[in-house]
Amino acid sequence: MEFLYSLFSFFYQFGDAFAFLVLSACGLAVIFGMMGVINLAHGEFILCGAYVSTSATHMGVPLPIAIALGSLAAGIAGMIVEVVVIRPLYKRPLDTIVATWGISMIVTQGTLIVLGTTMAGSGTPFGSFSVGDYSYSIYRIVLMVMALVTLAALWLMFTKTRFGILARATIQVPHVAEALGVNTNLIYSLTFGLGAALAGLAGGLYAPTMTLVPTMGAAFMVEAFVTVVVGGADIFLGTAPAAVVLGFIKASLTSWQGQLAGQIGMLIAVIIVIRILPRGISGKILKERA
Amino acid sequence: MNRKLISTASVLATLLSFAGPMAAQAADPIKIGVLEDQSGDFALATIGKVHGIQLATKEINDAGGIAGRPIELVIYDTQSDNTRYQEFMRRVLQRDKVDVVFAGFSSASREAYRPIVNQFDGLAFYNNQYEGGVCDANMIVTGAVPEQQFSTLIPYMMEKYGKNVYTIAADYNFGQISAEWVRNIVKDNGGTMVGEEFIPLGVSQFSQTIQNIQGAKPDFVVTLLVGTAQSSYYEQAGSANLDLPMASSVNVGQGYEHKRFTPPSLKDMYATVNYVEEIDTPESKAFVEKFHAMFPDEPYINQEAENSYAAVYLYKEMVEKAGGSTALADVRATLADGNLCYDAPEGKMCIDPKSQHTSHTIYLAHVLADHSIEFPKTWDDIKPYWLGDVGCDLTKSDPSDQYTPSHLPAN
Repeated sequence: MEFLYSLFSFFYQFGDAFAFLVLSACGLAVIFGMMGVINLAHGEFILCGAYVSTSATHMGVPLPIAIALGSLAAGIAGMIVEVVVIRPLYKRPLDTIVATWGISMIVTQGTLIVLGTTMAGSGTPFGSFSVGDYSYSIYRIVLMVMALVTLAALWLMFTKTRFGILARATIQVPHVAEALGVNTNLIYSLTFGLGAALAGLAGGLYAPTMTLVPTMGAAFMVEAFVTVVVGGADIFLGTAPAAVVLGFIKASLTSWQGQLAGQIGMLIAVIIVIRILPRGISGKILKERA
Repeated sequence: MNRKLISTASVLATLLSFAGPMAAQAADPIKIGVLEDQSGDFALATIGKVHGIQLATKEINDAGGIAGRPIELVIYDTQSDNTRYQEFMRRVLQRDKVDVVFAGFSSASREAYRPIVNQFDGLAFYNNQYEGGVCDANMIVTGAVPEQQFSTLIPYMMEKYGKNVYTIAADYNFGQISAEWVRNIVKDNGGTMVGEEFIPLGVSQFSQTIQNIQGAKPDFVVTLLVGTAQSSYYEQAGSANLDLPMASSVNVGQGYEHKRFTPPSLKDMYATVNYVEEIDTPESKAFVEKFHAMFPDEPYINQEAENSYAAVYLYKEMVEKAGGSTALADVRATLADGNLCYDAPEGKMCIDPKSQHTSHTIYLAHVLADHSIEFPKTWDDIKPYWLGDVGCDLTKSDPSDQYTPSHLPAN
């Protein structure tokens, strides 16, 4: 019995690390992995989702709708950013670093000036449950489920819907897509907005469990970038397996030697993976398939 | 026309250059450099420090200044970034030529700028609670130190809740040295450390840490978490129903977590503070009222805001006792008799000449289930005795070192 408790505990921790990696990385996987824009403002889309959803909760909106509102707000913000700043920079990926970094600083400092140093949290819902000696938060199970739901929804969207097919066509061969009558500008905007909305979703989902401060996006950045870099360009063949591998390493090392070991282990794993698989896990899989 | 203008201007300039020094003598301001984090991860706890300094400055200037000279503040935002501290410390000492600097939140930032203060032989006030041990003639510390916070807190907790202790601490000099203090005090009181974990700054997910704590079954947890990312711990521990009493030297009194998180996630947190705005004395209430009159939107007045406010008055006292001189040797000489004191909102604060640290009234703040605060115990006039006991005596020599229980002066 003791063994089963420990096993459950391990799976819970692994699921928790996996959910955090998937949810923080999904939006970046679309914007950086697919579209090739090195988006250093990723954390600020997360911030946007978190602040909007928490404000909505304070106004009495139920949490699921509040999270959807946060995601929507981040998506709209993303589309505006795409039209105003990113559009001229698609052929200059290095310049997107500077532009998005600038946006990140403006948003962080602007939030600090306009909304102050902190926003009161909404509190984690649902309470806790116990297995053996340990007690667990129910909401974190919800986060794990949401990570899987998000992956499934993205898979359906990119393989089964017209938008998904147009988006993939536009990003792979923009000129041919354009010649076939696709409004590629619109597709770029919508895809970028989708990435931002996914970031906003992560923000909305994690907002009840975290400190709400203007710099909160930074807490997601390292995990998001390493997951996308390890995963490579494809969300399903890349981001998901990368999150499984990194989540496993992080959870086992953290339970064995603490947070510091977890962080170090995860980053060493990243170095090893990009050394042997320069195009990430999905690059390896796709190459073998071809 | 043009030539006339130039010549008029040059005559004026000549006149002014003669008049300059004479006019300056009377109203030459005393310049205070203020280097605090007004943006970045630490801003939440430190913006109030700048406001405390501005409030004291306004009061002193309205009452005629320091020894008849007004105070001028030179304020830079150090952005929670250690290299900014080094840049701006050089700038205030070299270019702005300030008389004194009030600087620093994190211990990492203090250790980053301290060599520069030594190099220019300046004077810096560190108005922050910290892990203790800085023995440096160029530094005056107005914040509380471990012998004031832990020697009171840990024995109280062990008596009330039990002898098995688990520490989680931020992984840098502050957390490591504070955890060493906790370890020693627990051992001296016959307790056991059932676990210890150091958390890198910026970590925000604590699920596994919470489980490690549950597995070790402590009687209470010492939380020495720093920065806004790490404070997510309380919400996550609360939602996992960890339900253990907590003790801290930094939380509540610095990051006002009880105001930011939904009750009851900080239930049974005990913190030893030298000030928080809930303290119910006439002096404290008057201070809160003055503070809110000048800064109506201040979310919370923490102990570091009060330390910073008091530091301006302590400096005023020093300069006036030194006959208006701001030279380092003169202001330090005023500390010699140990009677350099100020009646702060918390109670009386005096600077100890040996260590140049400050005595405090220490309040035990207990967070209740609804996140209101009660004060089950108060310790009056706790001296910063540790440095003096281990042999730091700045009246005799200036080692400019930081001592810890495992790094003591060599004598």
